[in-house]
Amino acid sequence: MIRGFLAAFGLVLLWQGFVWLTEVPPFLLPAPSRVALALLDRWDSIFNHALITASEILLGLALGALLGITTALVLVAWQEGRRWLLPLLLISQAIPVFAIAPLLTLWLGFGIASKVAMATLIIFFPVATAFYDGLRRTEPGMLDLAATMGASRFALLWRMRVPAALPSLASGLRVAAAVAPIGAVVGEWVGASAGLGYLMLHANGRSQTDVMFAALFVLMLMALALWFATDWLLRRAIPWQPDSLLTEKVTT
Amino acid sequence: MLPRGLSLGGLPVLGALDLAVAAGRTTALLGPSGSGKSTLLRLVAGLLPVPAGGSVTATDGAPLPGRIAYMAQQDLLAPWRDVLGNITLGAHLRGEAPDLARARAMLAEVGLAPADSQKCPAQLSGGMRQRVALARTLMEDRPMVLMDEPFSAVDAPTRHRMQSLSARLLAGRTVLLVTHDPLEALRLADQIFVLTGAPAVPVAVPVPEGAPPRPAGDPALLAAQAALLERLSEAVA
Repeated sequence: MIRGFLAAFGLVLLWQGFVWLTEVPPFLLPAPSRVALALLDRWDSIFNHALITASEILLGLALGALLGITTALVLVAWQEGRRWLLPLLLISQAIPVFAIAPLLTLWLGFGIASKVAMATLIIFFPVATAFYDGLRRTEPGMLDLAATMGASRFALLWRMRVPAALPSLASGLRVAAAVAPIGAVVGEWVGASAGLGYLMLHANGRSQTDVMFAALFVLMLMALALWFATDWLLRRAIPWQPDSLLTEKVTT
Repeated sequence: MLPRGLSLGGLPVLGALDLAVAAGRTTALLGPSGSGKSTLLRLVAGLLPVPAGGSVTATDGAPLPGRIAYMAQQDLLAPWRDVLGNITLGAHLRGEAPDLARARAMLAEVGLAPADSQKCPAQLSGGMRQRVALARTLMEDRPMVLMDEPFSAVDAPTRHRMQSLSARLLAGRTVLLVTHDPLEALRLADQIFVLTGAPAVPVAVPVPEGAPPRPAGDPALLAAQAALLERLSEAVA
């Protein structure tokens, strides 16, 4: 953790040194000190925009995860539905979200709804596929054991396949947490009246590159916080998932 | 009873056979890897559909499903449930209230400490995990127990202890034990069949005197082990 911070700090120092030595104009590449000043100066406005983007990300994450989990469960439980749903699932990902972003804005407006829809679309797929894969890969011996114990179809799914697939679901949710900000920001770029993406576009248009970097910095912090919070929660919720790297740390 | 044998994926696995397993006794089914012994066990367990013309019946006429407990080579412990939760897995899957007092008694029977009941499977050694699996099998309390190489994944001393333990705890039940270890079969079984030929058919072999678990040092048993080992290696060649 500390090493990560040191590495980031070193990069910032390099950046500052580069700007100081080459004297690039600030509208091309502002020095970190200038970005920090812009961040302080415009803090109120950046904070408000950040709140909007954060709520879009979180809502999209919740909806996308819910949709992904439901889809995976339906795919496993309903054999006939699999033939109908699997192609749809693939098609939904074959269409680039970037391409349908203008459509979503057209249909759902410039407000928060189109961005939540965008984030949901991006998040839904990794969650659904990771969980579905986990549900399919239940240890065959476990299923045999459950069958000899007289488990019903429902118990087999809910008390055997689902808990066994939770570590896979966790992987999907981690990916989802990492890509969720992309969905929200793309939505804001295409058309919005608020949010960090909107702020960045707006600042870019006025050559306020320092504000752009400040907004980018806040977005990065939010994305990192989201990822670490998700990771921490998932570790707490699923303590049995094997982590060979973690045990390595304990034994050495 | 399989009058026409069994093919899996177009390949003949088992020949025409009629295997009678004595009730209340332990029957060992030996054979080299791939000889179809696990397939036979899965047929009895109802995990594979019995092919046309074949049948799996009990002498009392009652259906077998629901009267079988199954123990596999892997311990198959659910990593998301603690030891007690794994012993009561059957009740959990059937949606019944678990008999925790009996589960704790089973835990003691297989030689685990009460403090182990809250541990998760990842904290246990291989031998302890297999003990929990045995406790889970006993917890099901079924008249017939099917065991598929139950102790082949643990080290030799642990295997020896587990064999004695399970012979004691499973006495009186109809046990069908699939193994590739002649010593295990000779120690535990009242009746031994070797799957020979391709497609394989079970052939009865003599069992040494005495009630199981027989001591591993008995010269008659050791001689029988050597003979059985020869026979098995011929079956492979």
